[in-house]
Amino acid sequence: MTASAQPAPLSAPLTVEFPFTRSLGPVQSAFLTGLRERTVLGARTAGGRVLVPPPEYDPGTAAELRELVEIAPAGTVTSWAWNPAPRRGQPLAAPFAWVLVRLDGADSGLLHALAAPGPEAVRTGARVRIRWAGRRTGAVTDIACFEPDTESDAGSAGERAGEPGADRADAPWPRPHAAAFADPVTAVTLPARLEYTHTPGRAQTRFLHALAERRILGERCPGCRKVYVPPRGACPTCGVATAEQAEVGPAGTVTTFCVVNIKAKNLDIEVPYVYAHIALDGAGLALHGRIGGIPYDEVRMGLRVEPVWTEGSRYPDHYRPTGEPDADYDTYKDLL
Amino acid sequence: MSAARDIAVVAYARTAPGTVTGDLSEVEMVLPVLREVLGATGLTTDRVGFVCSGSCDYLAGRAFSFTMALDGVGAWPPIAESHVETDGAWALYEAWVKLLTGAADTALVYAWGKPSAGDLPEVLTRQLDPYYLAPLWPDSVSLAALQARALLDAGVTDERELAATARRARVGGPEAAEPAVLPLRRGDCPPVTDGAAAVLLAAGDTARMLCERPAWIRGIDHRTEPHALGVRDLTDAPSARLAAERAGAYDPAAAPLEVAELHAPFSSQEVLLRRALRLGEGVCVNPSGGALAADPVMATGLIRIGEAAERVRHGGARRALAHATSGPCLQQNLVAVLEGDPS
Repeated sequence: MTASAQPAPLSAPLTVEFPFTRSLGPVQSAFLTGLRERTVLGARTAGGRVLVPPPEYDPGTAAELRELVEIAPAGTVTSWAWNPAPRRGQPLAAPFAWVLVRLDGADSGLLHALAAPGPEAVRTGARVRIRWAGRRTGAVTDIACFEPDTESDAGSAGERAGEPGADRADAPWPRPHAAAFADPVTAVTLPARLEYTHTPGRAQTRFLHALAERRILGERCPGCRKVYVPPRGACPTCGVATAEQAEVGPAGTVTTFCVVNIKAKNLDIEVPYVYAHIALDGAGLALHGRIGGIPYDEVRMGLRVEPVWTEGSRYPDHYRPTGEPDADYDTYKDLL
Repeated sequence: MSAARDIAVVAYARTAPGTVTGDLSEVEMVLPVLREVLGATGLTTDRVGFVCSGSCDYLAGRAFSFTMALDGVGAWPPIAESHVETDGAWALYEAWVKLLTGAADTALVYAWGKPSAGDLPEVLTRQLDPYYLAPLWPDSVSLAALQARALLDAGVTDERELAATARRARVGGPEAAEPAVLPLRRGDCPPVTDGAAAVLLAAGDTARMLCERPAWIRGIDHRTEPHALGVRDLTDAPSARLAAERAGAYDPAAAPLEVAELHAPFSSQEVLLRRALRLGEGVCVNPSGGALAADPVMATGLIRIGEAAERVRHGGARRALAHATSGPCLQQNLVAVLEGDPS
């Protein structure tokens, strides 16, 4: 069989989700617990700079940073960008400005969102104040966003009644802080979800289209003549494209197998069952599949099998014995 | 640092710029450029001393995706091979070190990216600090826009210069002026591009044997900025300047730089880098169109080295600079200085 016209590309949605659980060191723990308590902490370097959010090590000297001080919940915008179409997960659902804010008492910028009606309402140098989230867990999202601050000036106290530290309203920022909280957060779980459109490529598209027609289509290397199934588009030995198609099987030989005794999550197959490497007739390597239609303890190397398609399925559900005599070891020994 | 052993780019290939190759798998995308550099030098995989690639699983959303691309090299029987989970310019750095040790005389370096599979600006949020930044999902365009605003506020550039830089990089339609994340407009941002590139390195006489005019790597170095965005001066890239200095870009005894290929996916970053690297009026910047014209992420930096080498090998340039970056707002920077033999 020679190369045929390329069928329509296949694609499928692919969602990758992974919750990272990360432990916090003393600095991150104090900062994030502080946010939960509506208190902003920064780290003071040996050189006297106060960095917020606090790093664990001085970016200039690599010295360990342990002295934490309290910073104002209000500050000055040092840069901004207008985000007209917020994405999933970003702090605000309506258009907002990303801002770098130098909080009063700090010498570095904190990245967050600023709630504003439009870009004309935002400028570098504007005074802004933290809007705390209603439900706070000890995360950077405990800051819901920033909002324009009409009440405070740079360097002034600027607390509102009821906020921590309001009783010391005249003390300059930064202020000493013990950075000790009851029930500190020691770990954060950070869910991540990314959505993709997966495309399998031309070789696998050809293979999958043929499989839906119950034909198993491998591809032959023009160099070593080996037939790859499933094909991936390249011969890993020769490093060349495998564009010549070759139909293989449908019958094949069990080259090796294992007995599965552990039930897989979300898999509706009774254990024990046999999972095998199967060298389809004409293929240059074995693929793998489940063996059915025979007691698990009767499966053996050399067993002749054929694919079983279920109604409407694009791929074989499993392989079953053909009833032929077992294949001679010499016919498949190179495919183990 | 400069090299104790002369190592050169002897062949380079890239996929067509500005394309989205949705129907190709990664290995199908990579294969043609691998065949092209091997074909240009008459080498086969089994005669290449070292192979190193650069890519990132997050782009296509598949774990260990580099192992699939490795099929295109012809990796069996086993070859001496390595991979970096970042731009291929860093794979080239590893290969250069390998050749410096004398463990190999030739190295095949390749890189690819298929960002069209996902939402790239969102995917790139996952490379950020996981405690303080990643939970806010700040996309790469927004972070670049914060940097652009800092440059505008500091008077380093203006919107006219940004627009002119964007126009020079590619033919901009009327949509180029539409807001992206202001102050960046769509023309200031790179198009979604899939692609691959390959470079063949060789040492000393092997390089002279494999091609007519090798592009000698006179120096290569990479440096990083502090990882907290708010600590950095976003209007400068001192790490890029230090890397350039260490790579020998400012060697007073050397011929003047004629060409610079800068890995600047955003127009504002090209303006910043010209200034940070102190590139004078006499330096032709991004004759290839640069990353603004085509940004096959993970190959974009390697392409800068390949394009700079092309100017030396075929464009008559005596000395060229190539820059690659990784991370938000020019976080990590690599600079290579390439030279041709006097003609």
